[in-house]
Amino acid sequence: MAGGFPLLSGVDLELTSSSLTVLVGANGAGKTSLLRLLAGLIGLNAGEGSVLGLDLATVDRRQLRRRVGWLGHEGSFYDDLSVEENLTFAAKALGRPLEELTNVLERVELSSRRDTAAKQLSAGQRRRLGLAWLLLRRPELWLLDEPYASLDDEGRTFFDALLGDVVARGATVVVSAHDPLRSAQLCPRTLVMAGGRIVSES
Amino acid sequence: MIRVALLVAGKDLRIERRSRVLLWQVVPFGVMALLLSGLALGPNQVGHSSAAPGLFYLVIVLVALLMINRSHAIESTRGTRASVATLGLDPAGVFLGKAAALAVELWLTAIVLLAGSVVVLHTALHGTLVATPSILVILGAIAGAGTLYGALTSGGSAAATLLPVLSLPAFAPLLIAGERSFNSALHGGALLEWWVISVVALAVYMALGILLYGVLEES
Repeated sequence: MAGGFPLLSGVDLELTSSSLTVLVGANGAGKTSLLRLLAGLIGLNAGEGSVLGLDLATVDRRQLRRRVGWLGHEGSFYDDLSVEENLTFAAKALGRPLEELTNVLERVELSSRRDTAAKQLSAGQRRRLGLAWLLLRRPELWLLDEPYASLDDEGRTFFDALLGDVVARGATVVVSAHDPLRSAQLCPRTLVMAGGRIVSES
Repeated sequence: MIRVALLVAGKDLRIERRSRVLLWQVVPFGVMALLLSGLALGPNQVGHSSAAPGLFYLVIVLVALLMINRSHAIESTRGTRASVATLGLDPAGVFLGKAAALAVELWLTAIVLLAGSVVVLHTALHGTLVATPSILVILGAIAGAGTLYGALTSGGSAAATLLPVLSLPAFAPLLIAGERSFNSALHGGALLEWWVISVVALAVYMALGILLYGVLEES
């Protein structure tokens, strides 16, 4: 609820594992709210649902959040820390060996920027840092809020390739976007949202 | 919990060292506020007034409010809050880490302000040194209470103005105990009872923070 109005209503959604789903809609359509609900960042006021087998109405949301990965378009890390420091923080928090950083940085092609402060990265590089954070986490469910915003064609292609790889390895990915994906590599399920509802599917 | 606390404290201190907000903005603000306090006392009162400890703690509160807001602004962007939330860190550890980092920042600032107090307000050096351990404890308690209230107000549109309104009543007993113990150290008097009150306050705020921080973050 926001200002007495429901953020989402009548949303009937089932996600299968190892799939890519795109939520499309204008600003205020409810895409981010749906992603935040799936991530356990906001609670369920009414209705029912489960994510990764956890009942949204009764789950300890911390338990759910440990199993999902979130990448927001506004930046998902500490601007004053370098690329390496951000990832080291995440790795230590997750109890991952620091040796994994090198592989992850190579995978997102940020090895040469490891000592650069996050605030000095371009929009595309910031998105790659967000992806690196998620690759370290290895979540079962990836929730990406408008990851294509302000990305150039090269950035989009890179993003598509990585998402395709992640889905192929068994992860479930949900992406929000203003427009349907024009990807040659991905054939996602597309859900169109408006007014907090899913109005069509293709 | 301790592992998370060390991780979070290290991260907060590293960010503070990089941004240099403490060094170039907060500490100079505190020194200026102390100078103005000295001017307000006037040349005849400085060195004779028992107001110096109170003025020191008044400046500490102003500085602490800036630091608390700053400490929580680190995670203020929605994306950062969300992705850190999905790391599943123990909230008690996060509280202890943030409070520890804030305490270290307050201690460093207090060293500068105590030196300034000796120079500007002419507080006795020996008395100031005697008061230092109790000041460290009081600042630790302010860091604990401030971290808790910072979590309560952070993310809101009026966080910067709401924080002083809510936290000052919680700081009040700490400031009174701090002022009294500092005065006792300078001019003679009972130190032990204020010490006990300070340590109890530190323990209470830390315990409350460990218990409540997760709830406040969720809300």
